[in-house]
Amino acid sequence: MKRTLIPALIFAVIVVFLGIGLTLNPREVPSPLIGKPAPGFKLATLDAPDKILTLRDMAGRAWVLNVFASWCAPCREEHPLLVDLANKTPVPIFGLNYKDRQVDAERWLKQFGNPYRSVLVDRDGRAGIDYGVYGVPETFVIDKAGTVRYKKVGPLTPEVIEKRILPLLKELNG
Amino acid sequence: MAKWLVCTLLWVLGAGAAWPKDTAPAPADAALEKRVMHLSEELRCLVCQNQTIADSNAELAVDLRNQVREQMRQGRSDDAIRGYMVERYGDFILYRPPVKASTALLWFGPLVLVLGGIGGLALYVRQRRRLAVDDDTENTGFDDYDLPVAPPVAAKHKIKQKP
Repeated sequence: MKRTLIPALIFAVIVVFLGIGLTLNPREVPSPLIGKPAPGFKLATLDAPDKILTLRDMAGRAWVLNVFASWCAPCREEHPLLVDLANKTPVPIFGLNYKDRQVDAERWLKQFGNPYRSVLVDRDGRAGIDYGVYGVPETFVIDKAGTVRYKKVGPLTPEVIEKRILPLLKELNG
Repeated sequence: MAKWLVCTLLWVLGAGAAWPKDTAPAPADAALEKRVMHLSEELRCLVCQNQTIADSNAELAVDLRNQVREQMRQGRSDDAIRGYMVERYGDFILYRPPVKASTALLWFGPLVLVLGGIGGLALYVRQRRRLAVDDDTENTGFDDYDLPVAPPVAAKHKIKQKP
């Protein structure tokens, strides 16, 4: 009895741990930024290269930051959802055009629609590093006090927007 | 076929030639470059997670290496740069994670397993030894010499052996 019980028990424990391992996504790195002040930036905008926006310009309102690039295939998949989101919420969405070319970004917005209040240009990816960007697209929600409240790595899905982002924006804007 | 081979060869050579472009150290910077690579070997590339940013040629890895190099030029210490990376990408970027409550299992788990194994083994051996001792002290009334000896198999079955 004991002879079969102990290996069976060890087996069960291993199965449980491996089972938990299967449900985890190793690509999703927990962001150390959640609950911390959003990193500062000083970036030109896409439509007016001489107009500089900084983090301070965002103070006093909740906003969404979406990191995108024309070379990024999942961004294309995500884009209609962003256009839709912009229609559903009064919270402004800002784009961060990550390591892209001016003409490509402009064509992208003309072709797929522009959900952004303004698009910040991060040509060399430095602002991206400050925001811990490692897989475009990424989306951040930042509150009135300038604290990062939510981060999604990878394309947004209807489910994430309905269940996480819209309720959070309603709370932050209320 | 030959054309195809030549094309592939050219392509491979071309790729090889393009390789050092982003990391090419100026000779004067050899010491700095060594430091950059040394620190880069401790930092995980987040795009290709099983490589360090020293190994990886993913764009982000190149950017992060440049970031390391630039900050070293500005005279920042390795610890300061490590801190800079952790602030942005979390402990996950470190190949040598810090010892703290959330990583205790990672650091001490193997030790616990080894100690558990040694403990289990010791218990098992002690149990076996006690059984052996019990066998010795118990008087069963006969010893090995009393055991019947099996007759040779060949004799029993009268197997004919080839000459």
